[in-house]
Amino acid sequence: MANGAPGRAILDASSGPVHPLARETLLAAVDAGWADPRRLHGEGRTARRLLDQSREVLAAGLGVRPSEVAFAPDGPAAVRLAVDGIRYAGRRRGTRTVASAVEHSAVLVPGQHLVATTGQPDLFGLVPVDRLGRVDRDSWAAAVGTPGTVVAALQHANGEVGTLQPVEHAWDACRAAGVPLVVDAQASLGRVPPPPVYDVLAADARSWGGPGGLGVVVLPERTRWALDGPRDPDQAVAGATGHTPWVPLALAAAEAWQQTAAARDEDAAAAFALVERVRAAAAALPDVEVVGDPVDRLPHVVTFSALYADGEALVRELDRRGFAVASGSACTASTLEPSHVLAAMGALTHGNLRVTLPLAAHSRDRDDAVARFIAALPQVVADVRAELGAGRL
Amino acid sequence: MSQVVDARGMRCPLPVIHLARRAADEAPGTLLEVWSTDPAAASDVPAWCRMRGHDYLGAQPHEASVVGGAGHTAYLVRLAGDPQRPPAAGATAQP
Repeated sequence: MANGAPGRAILDASSGPVHPLARETLLAAVDAGWADPRRLHGEGRTARRLLDQSREVLAAGLGVRPSEVAFAPDGPAAVRLAVDGIRYAGRRRGTRTVASAVEHSAVLVPGQHLVATTGQPDLFGLVPVDRLGRVDRDSWAAAVGTPGTVVAALQHANGEVGTLQPVEHAWDACRAAGVPLVVDAQASLGRVPPPPVYDVLAADARSWGGPGGLGVVVLPERTRWALDGPRDPDQAVAGATGHTPWVPLALAAAEAWQQTAAARDEDAAAAFALVERVRAAAAALPDVEVVGDPVDRLPHVVTFSALYADGEALVRELDRRGFAVASGSACTASTLEPSHVLAAMGALTHGNLRVTLPLAAHSRDRDDAVARFIAALPQVVADVRAELGAGRL
Repeated sequence: MSQVVDARGMRCPLPVIHLARRAADEAPGTLLEVWSTDPAAASDVPAWCRMRGHDYLGAQPHEASVVGGAGHTAYLVRLAGDPQRPPAAGATAQP
């Protein structure tokens, strides 16, 4: 069970799978921690104790106090809450938000909506990235220094292309401008050390092998953060965001954190080398561009685009051969829009494939999966190009 | 005077494939105008130009009209002087 269906190579681990021990904890907690942690009876007190334990584990792992850890319904909701609370707290100074062009849609879509509904493009400052997907430092400093800016959002690393952002530099620029920085670590926690600086941190338990349906918001006491609306009477249980998670999810996330953190450096080194092999194999194919920073990146993520290939056909053909792989191409998205990350980087958006390695603890055969993927790739790309009569262009 | 590559109604990667086919038939220096309704063309036509060494000159939106039909975007490409395409194998994005 822990290795998935027999013969399947899981190379799209952005949404999981859950760490095997976290899965066991989750199943046990369904029985032990189902109750409402606000209740005063024994079952409720047990759930409360398990929730508090989970918060303590996550806080210790992130080097913060338990009271500084709050929850959200998922990772994107954590990011939205992080940004909204800073903006609301700073509403007397303005409403302008600054974000990189490769941020999660949880940041970009509300920002674009604000501009569209107010007709004021200045309310959302989008900072461009270079060909590697890294935010431009001077543009960032200029954007956060623009009067009326009250919040800035930057990813620790991009989950599509893997590039790590200069978070410390961005934070320095934010401090100089008096603008709090939200760091979105949805793709990075559990794979690399947590970001060293932030004013609010947003995370998704899935990135460290935890379950879906659990976002984490870290709100240091010094940070001014508040949500519009009435005060939550359950804040002692729910934390600042007012979201009380289903306790088994929180407990499984804490178990996954402990397991993943203990193995992190070893797992990351092995994943980095495997990704290195995928990068080299993809780059050796004709007219294939590997995207993102080759070194300063997440250890387990790589994406590349094959000219004249249909991304949807690549995913289907690989799936037929036993590989689960993602794509940022437009034809694979419900919106028909290509990945905004690839577009912002000036990368080719069609014929795109994205590999996200699972944790070794889940997929003990991931070395073999990568080797088989590398072996299958040349023929798959050639077949898909030939389907469109583009084999000789 | 530019040559038109009409890729309206096609989805990625077909507009770029049609562009590449036409480029192989045209002389260096030819100005090509790719008409496309596919949002991916906004990224992929410039990316193709970069990978093949052609000049990307920009995009012009054409609104829907009674005479012109459904709206599209025209992407302007000047074919490079050297008809030999640069080797792209082993290509890796540089900043």
